[in-house]
Amino acid sequence: MGGITLKYFLRRLAIFFLTIWIAATVIWIIPRAAPGDPISAMVNRMVRSAGYVENSDIIIEGWKERFGLNDPLPVQYLRYMSNLIRLDFGYSLAYFPTTVSEIIGMALPWTLGLLLIAVTITFVLGNFLGALMVWRGTPRLIRYLIPVGMLFTSVPSILAAIFLLYIFAFLLNWFPMNGAYDIGLKPGLNAKFIVSVIQHGTLPALSIVLVSFGYWALGMRGMMITVEGEDYMQLARAKGLHPFYVLYRYMVRNAILPQITAFAITLGTLVSGQILVEYIFAYQGMGTIIYNAITTQDFPVIQGTSFILIVMTALAVFIIDLIYPLIDPRISYERS
Amino acid sequence: MAIINTNEKPGVPAPPGMRRAAKHMGRFNQWDTPWLNNKLLLGAGIISLILLLGLLGRLFWNTELALTASSPLNLPPVGLVNSRGQVGTWEHPLGTENSGRDMLALIIVGAPNSFLVGVIAASVGMSVGIILGFSAGFIGGRVDDVIRLLSDVTVTIPALMVLIVIQSLLKQVDLTTMALLIAAFAWPSPTRLIRAQVLSMRESGYVQMAKLSGSSTFSIMFREIMPNLLPYLFASFIGNATGAILTAVGLETLGLGPQRIPTLGGTIYYAISSAALLRNMWWWWGLPTLLLALMFIGLLLINLGFDEIANPRLRRSSQS
Repeated sequence: MGGITLKYFLRRLAIFFLTIWIAATVIWIIPRAAPGDPISAMVNRMVRSAGYVENSDIIIEGWKERFGLNDPLPVQYLRYMSNLIRLDFGYSLAYFPTTVSEIIGMALPWTLGLLLIAVTITFVLGNFLGALMVWRGTPRLIRYLIPVGMLFTSVPSILAAIFLLYIFAFLLNWFPMNGAYDIGLKPGLNAKFIVSVIQHGTLPALSIVLVSFGYWALGMRGMMITVEGEDYMQLARAKGLHPFYVLYRYMVRNAILPQITAFAITLGTLVSGQILVEYIFAYQGMGTIIYNAITTQDFPVIQGTSFILIVMTALAVFIIDLIYPLIDPRISYERS
Repeated sequence: MAIINTNEKPGVPAPPGMRRAAKHMGRFNQWDTPWLNNKLLLGAGIISLILLLGLLGRLFWNTELALTASSPLNLPPVGLVNSRGQVGTWEHPLGTENSGRDMLALIIVGAPNSFLVGVIAASVGMSVGIILGFSAGFIGGRVDDVIRLLSDVTVTIPALMVLIVIQSLLKQVDLTTMALLIAAFAWPSPTRLIRAQVLSMRESGYVQMAKLSGSSTFSIMFREIMPNLLPYLFASFIGNATGAILTAVGLETLGLGPQRIPTLGGTIYYAISSAALLRNMWWWWGLPTLLLALMFIGLLLINLGFDEIANPRLRRSSQS
């Protein structure tokens, strides 16, 4: 019988926290293993661009003291970790009095909204097409068209985004070129704003859907072929069941479950892809924020946004892992 | 094949599909090998074309034109006219960009760099994966638990996010450093794959046989199990290389890639940050984007080919 045992739950919970801990630690260790420290690097950049900065040595020492860079490493590490746990990433350097958490709070809903819509469309479309590729009742034409269309799905979403932006926004002018809604509109629940959001969101969502549905279609095709060979398929056909009924109840239902595990594994790539797409479209999400932070060398913002995205991904995987045994009665995790 | 045998009872004619399969199987000749797979060949063709462009291009084209201010600015490809009315010439057949770099030279130098990142990251990831996967599968117990836990953890971390933070702190990264950093996230999938395969193969007859005849664990691993894993390993290698190139392109287009050498992603970054899209300089962003897209299509085809080699079930159904 399906269902979650305490042991399974604890293991998943441990993986969730370990993921975040390891990611946070790697982020902390590697830059410190490299020569130089961020403050000296920053002041050196100031010196390079301004030609000369008065008392740069004193500035470096003062800031190092203030940021605790002179403390022993374990103390620095503990402070870093406790700040992360409280989601305190400090202040943005580029927009000084604003905290990093405030910036993330403004961008995160846009990223999550876009991601959720794009992923839902991708998953449904991809699995549907993958199932059609194996099903015997599919018209020839569709069967031949799908693989051709799928070739393009190996292209990274950022490249698709650039092409879509050029063709549909620049050349044809069908969609706006950047942003998540028209400048000058006040966010609110009115028709004008919603239409604007949909117009702005279409191309970014499309660039994610276009390039990732093929992954699901391929996976689904593989699973469907396996199911196709099962004895109960012969029986279902021999019983004279309606082909659609066989397709849905016998094939798709059995084939789709491993796709959900695959979904958990690819989530990280998906989030990364979306970040890059947002940056191409200057969509008001985390991607644009990260890009702006990189160009303005706003390190706290880079760290905060990346960390939040890592946590969100780990959380989503954790939830999928918990739901999975509930929907797949064939699997029980009592031993593992 | 056991399924076919049980179906072929005397007196009962085999269904037409099976008769065809049987006929097909009887046609043994040296060309009838699964390795001559259409998808594999096409993909390998695309990839070798791009590689040849990068390698032979160095002989026939001056790669110093990839340096800043080595050519006139903003020239269109040959035969076309840019927004300022300049006509493209054969001196710069693919045009030039904003800071006076020749696009052809950029592509010749940049394309192999992408492959290099993929190959380094995938090789390192693969080697670690092979060691960990075999250890987990063979030793089992605690070792298996730890390796499984670590790979479960690493596989869910979005590598790009971690690398963005690291590379924005490191500033100057070279190609190898970037590839090695990417490799740190490339080992879980080969590890899982090899572990699963080793676990299932360990119980199979020929491994038991080798064990009974007194082969050492090492020889069982490399002489009995490894050859059977080859298609899986190749597929996993290509998949990993694709992932690594993808991550590298992501970092480069965000402006976090190596700055001293031209990369395709870096070229896209400069194009986008200089508003090449709005200035309609499509050759600037379009050529590297197109080349990368082709590269990914080629890698996908190779991967699909290996999948069909490793999994005959897919192969048969794609023929019918």
